[in-house]
Amino acid sequence: MGKRIGIEVSIAAADAVASTNVDVVAAYPITPQTHIVEHLSELVNNGELDAEFIPVESEHSAMSVCCGSSAAGARTFTCTSSQGLALMNEIVFIAPGLRLPIVMILANRSMSGPLSIWNDHTDVMSIRDCGWIQVFAESGQEVYDHVLFSFRVAEDPAVSLPVILNLDGFILTHVIEPIEYWDPEQVKRYLPDFKPVNTLDPDRPTTVGAFGLPGIYTEAKKAQDEALIQSKKHILKAWEELGEVVGRHYKPVETHLTEGAETVFLTMGSIGQTVAMAVEELRGRGEPAGLVKLRLWRPFPFEELRDAVRGAKRIIVIDRAISYGGTGGPVASEIRSALYGEENMPAVTNFICGLAGRDVTPRDYIAMYERSLEMTQSKVGQEDFVFYGVRE
Amino acid sequence: MEAVNVYSARILEKQEYFKPGHRACQGCAEALAVRLVAKALGKNVIVASATGCMEIISSPLPFTNWDVPWIHVAFENTAAVLSGAESAYKALARKGRIKDRGTVFLGMGGDGATTDIGLQALSGAFERGHSFVYVCYDNEAYMNTGIQRSSSTPFGASTTTSPAGKKVPGQITWKKNMAEIAVAHNVPYVATACSSYPFDLMEKVQKAARTPGPAYIHVLSVCPTGWRIPPSKSIWIGRLAVETGIFPLFEVVDGRYRITVDVPELRPVEEYLKPQGRFRHLTPEITAVIQERVNYEYRKLVAKTQFKF
Repeated sequence: MGKRIGIEVSIAAADAVASTNVDVVAAYPITPQTHIVEHLSELVNNGELDAEFIPVESEHSAMSVCCGSSAAGARTFTCTSSQGLALMNEIVFIAPGLRLPIVMILANRSMSGPLSIWNDHTDVMSIRDCGWIQVFAESGQEVYDHVLFSFRVAEDPAVSLPVILNLDGFILTHVIEPIEYWDPEQVKRYLPDFKPVNTLDPDRPTTVGAFGLPGIYTEAKKAQDEALIQSKKHILKAWEELGEVVGRHYKPVETHLTEGAETVFLTMGSIGQTVAMAVEELRGRGEPAGLVKLRLWRPFPFEELRDAVRGAKRIIVIDRAISYGGTGGPVASEIRSALYGEENMPAVTNFICGLAGRDVTPRDYIAMYERSLEMTQSKVGQEDFVFYGVRE
Repeated sequence: MEAVNVYSARILEKQEYFKPGHRACQGCAEALAVRLVAKALGKNVIVASATGCMEIISSPLPFTNWDVPWIHVAFENTAAVLSGAESAYKALARKGRIKDRGTVFLGMGGDGATTDIGLQALSGAFERGHSFVYVCYDNEAYMNTGIQRSSSTPFGASTTTSPAGKKVPGQITWKKNMAEIAVAHNVPYVATACSSYPFDLMEKVQKAARTPGPAYIHVLSVCPTGWRIPPSKSIWIGRLAVETGIFPLFEVVDGRYRITVDVPELRPVEEYLKPQGRFRHLTPEITAVIQERVNYEYRKLVAKTQFKF
């Protein structure tokens, strides 16, 4: 087993990236992603990591460099947040179309207007349909483990798709947590060398990024969607083997105290730990509360989600983003459609909270629990979603 | 194949790497330039292309005209994609996973992709000093989308977004001098070229490829469709651009200027402007303004070639 140390999650994440012997890192600084790329450039400049660190002039170029590098056969990493993700948006959609196994850490942060550097999920929700595999980490250890997991899944020749690893800005990036590092033997056992399916090689010329006329575009995109759906079995296998190597077991959907639960919270990211405290307190009072945590966001784990909430009467979906003028939060909307048509479909109540890093405590989640009971009991259906804790 | 300019066309390689069968317009001097550049570099090359005419005409899925590795990602990011591929090769060779065979990294984009939307990415790649050759195929407007003006469109030209109107006589800004912008980045090799002078072009491409670090070549690429000339006149118009001094052919090696196709006496710009439909509306007064500007710019260039340091 590797050593367990108290360390800032960003530094640990960068160390995890370095432990993969990554070949090319391209990044542009943006809060709260900075500590990750600073540490990587430090490792390169100190000769501790043999990689090309490319300090690009924008995030658009960061993702573009990653496309060129990955297509040329190099293990490739980048990292961004919020506005940076928005700027690279165009290329984010192209990378999976070209089947380039880039790994990106997204330190989740609010989208501007008004400017905010703090945490929520409005950045990642803006690229929900970009075609990347998308996972959420809840703790520092999960971030570390999922760096290795992300490279393993992305570069699996049967997958060959880019992976986004989401971690909450500041709440995870800037805190010190106890993290168990993998030793090099474990990394070697878990993560094989990158053997790309196709590369830019003068001995075997290939054309990458061709132009698709209407007669072929739909087929190309269907194939891409199939690839993402099919990636799930390789994702499950990668988690299974991760458990064998380091003894920590991950699933697409995690449950906590859902046995006999009538009301379950559904969360993504670091708030899972806070909600768990609320659920434990509710259970202590004899309330039938439970918690479901969504780790895999794309490909969406339909089966696992349905199994996790089976028997529940209501689901409280915590959203950390807004679908303006729409149905409330993007996660709730997804959960409703995932469960639509199910027998005894639970009622879905949706709270939008914790925007731009606003603190939400266990007490708040208990208040949401109580309010959700009123909402579903009244069956008025007037409130599809609630902005929790907003001053009006 | 050094100095093909001096010897003859016969010593050129017969092999083509930009294959026939592409969908460019008749008389497209840009496709000709692309073919010559590919021929000059041979097999050991990786090409990154911007979105644009040359990308569309050469890569309709599932066909390709490229017999060398070729990647297109988007419009404005060619220099960044190329930086990535070059860095990947550098890292992989250093780690012993591939053999360093001196592969040339070639970027290509039109004037829009280079002087407008892709200028930031190109500036970043120049500044970081990646080893690559970037060729701008300048046909002086957004031809692929239907002849809209770019910052590389010459003064006076009528395009679909700078039309010759009753009040405004077409493009009213002067062509952005992209070669000078490259020189200002201290790029070790910068040149201008034109497919009407094929050996001069190929020699420059090979010189650029031999230069460690970034190299930039700005190729005037006559577009019969957008310039409103018969396809049979492309080469002739390209020659006139050089002979009138509108587009002088020169190179800048480590900051030292040299005119490579000498024009002892410039022809009047009218000879170049008159045959082209895009300049049809120009009055003698506007032509005189252009003549004055060309004379001034040419004198400035000659002065730079005489500057000793």
